[in-house]
Amino acid sequence: MKILVCISAVPDTTSKINFTADQKSFDTGGVQFVINPNDEFGLTRAVWFKEQQGAEVHIATVGEASVEPIMRKALAIGADKAFRINTHPLDGFLVANTLSEHIKTEHYDLVICGRESIDYNGNMVPGLIANHCNFAFINTCTSLTVDGNKATATREIDGGSETLETQLPLVVGAQKGLVEESDLKIPNMRGIMSARTKPLEIITPSSLETLTEDLSFEKPDSKGAITLVDEANIDQLIELLHKEAKVL
Amino acid sequence: MSVLVYLESENKAYKKTANELASYAAELANQLNTEAIGLVINNDQPEIIGGLNQIISVNNEALDTYTAEKFASLISVAFEKSGAQYLVIGSSADSKYLGGLISAKSSSGYIPNVIALPENIDGKTAFKRTVFTNKGYALTTPKTKRCIIGLSKNSFGSVRSDSGSRVESMILDVIDDPVSLISKSTVNGKATIADADIVVSAGRGLKGPENWHLIEELADVLGAATACSKPVSDLGWRPHSEHVGQTGKPVATNLYIAIGISGAIQHLAGINASKIKVVINNDPEAPFFKAADYGIVGDAFTIVPQLIEKLKAFKAENA
Repeated sequence: MKILVCISAVPDTTSKINFTADQKSFDTGGVQFVINPNDEFGLTRAVWFKEQQGAEVHIATVGEASVEPIMRKALAIGADKAFRINTHPLDGFLVANTLSEHIKTEHYDLVICGRESIDYNGNMVPGLIANHCNFAFINTCTSLTVDGNKATATREIDGGSETLETQLPLVVGAQKGLVEESDLKIPNMRGIMSARTKPLEIITPSSLETLTEDLSFEKPDSKGAITLVDEANIDQLIELLHKEAKVL
Repeated sequence: MSVLVYLESENKAYKKTANELASYAAELANQLNTEAIGLVINNDQPEIIGGLNQIISVNNEALDTYTAEKFASLISVAFEKSGAQYLVIGSSADSKYLGGLISAKSSSGYIPNVIALPENIDGKTAFKRTVFTNKGYALTTPKTKRCIIGLSKNSFGSVRSDSGSRVESMILDVIDDPVSLISKSTVNGKATIADADIVVSAGRGLKGPENWHLIEELADVLGAATACSKPVSDLGWRPHSEHVGQTGKPVATNLYIAIGISGAIQHLAGINASKIKVVINNDPEAPFFKAADYGIVGDAFTIVPQLIEKLKAFKAENA
């Protein structure tokens, strides 16, 4: 089985988010970048397939040279080969389109993307890829097994779950549950050393078409002060929620 | 150049989000001086949603089970046939599954997580959407003639309209889906995080899974869904499906009650879209007190049982 895990570099979940003074872009100053958490669950499952069933695991990231450290981390976790698509990921369509171009040349059986990246929350890349490449698509995937050409997956739905079956080739929108948090791998020294010599190819995309444009950004208004209620006066809380907030 | 809105059904009836989506579509159409058209699949009473100029009703047994490719193909065809400029969809798990697929099939840009009607920026139509999991907003404009708008739940509100809408049936082909549904399991009779007006959530301050009966009891009194912080689901005290926050489920509810949750930035991002936030925590320095609207500093084990009793009395009085 040949697997591609699509990885995006996102601000660490503890980051405070700021925008540039002209409000035109995200201010990356002082921000630590990490593998998008949803992608990391997918990568870990891909490495599990490699170890348990035998698979070749590639990763691909759309981004400029600054994303290479997280790509090396993905290689240290266990991926075999990396591809960097050399452009700034302006919108979900551009990301999916350039990844699809790569997928068509490498003939993957399974493509795993996070269900969304935690920066622009687009929720669209796996669906777009599935359609561009004519693969089956299962989103919000919380378990995945592959037996020959047959894939069985669990999908999280609102208030429950579904079990789905399909044939490879398949695109999966990964999230927590696909592997447990405790299964996530911290690269060891051997992994880090070997990642340095694993191949990282740079691809120049043939089209930079986008379908949407972010004109400006803003931060949420700062919140008003909290109303504190004494623990001996719970009736007051109910009164406030009923009469002032009107949510009871 | 109308506005088409896909209104989800479940067991032949509208899902709760239909009112808000129809209201948004009607206002968007009003702003653009055009018509709002609903698209409804396998619904026994499509006419009960008001405020739309027309409802296209599609009925086909092959659509009784939802699979994304089948639904996305059909909605894309309806989008094309209707001649609409905008397609509005919701933010349920099923609708988000459709967004990318319809975008590709209809060659139209997809702007998800939209929270408001468009505004004009230098002659461009810009939709405000949340980014960085509610830590910021982007104003995004489509570059395509047609565009898909994914409306965030509970961001626009429902403008109630009594008048029924005119319903027309449409017959559309249903394709075979490469993905088949084997089984489905849902929790019956309990509010879900996606649908509930109130969510009661708890963290490590509850000390152990054996104390969750307090949270469940409070949720029962309020008709609320239960949720938890990331450490609680990582420890296995509660299922992953209850984890809310940046890497868990997003919450956009009317009232969010956080008990024994300190309020890490990742947690706050995930629940920020909720209208009113209440925190109960024994640590007055907990960051949640800076993010909440109302708070009580104190021990959850003494406050929550009292709150349950007092809410029962309140409910009895206001029933």
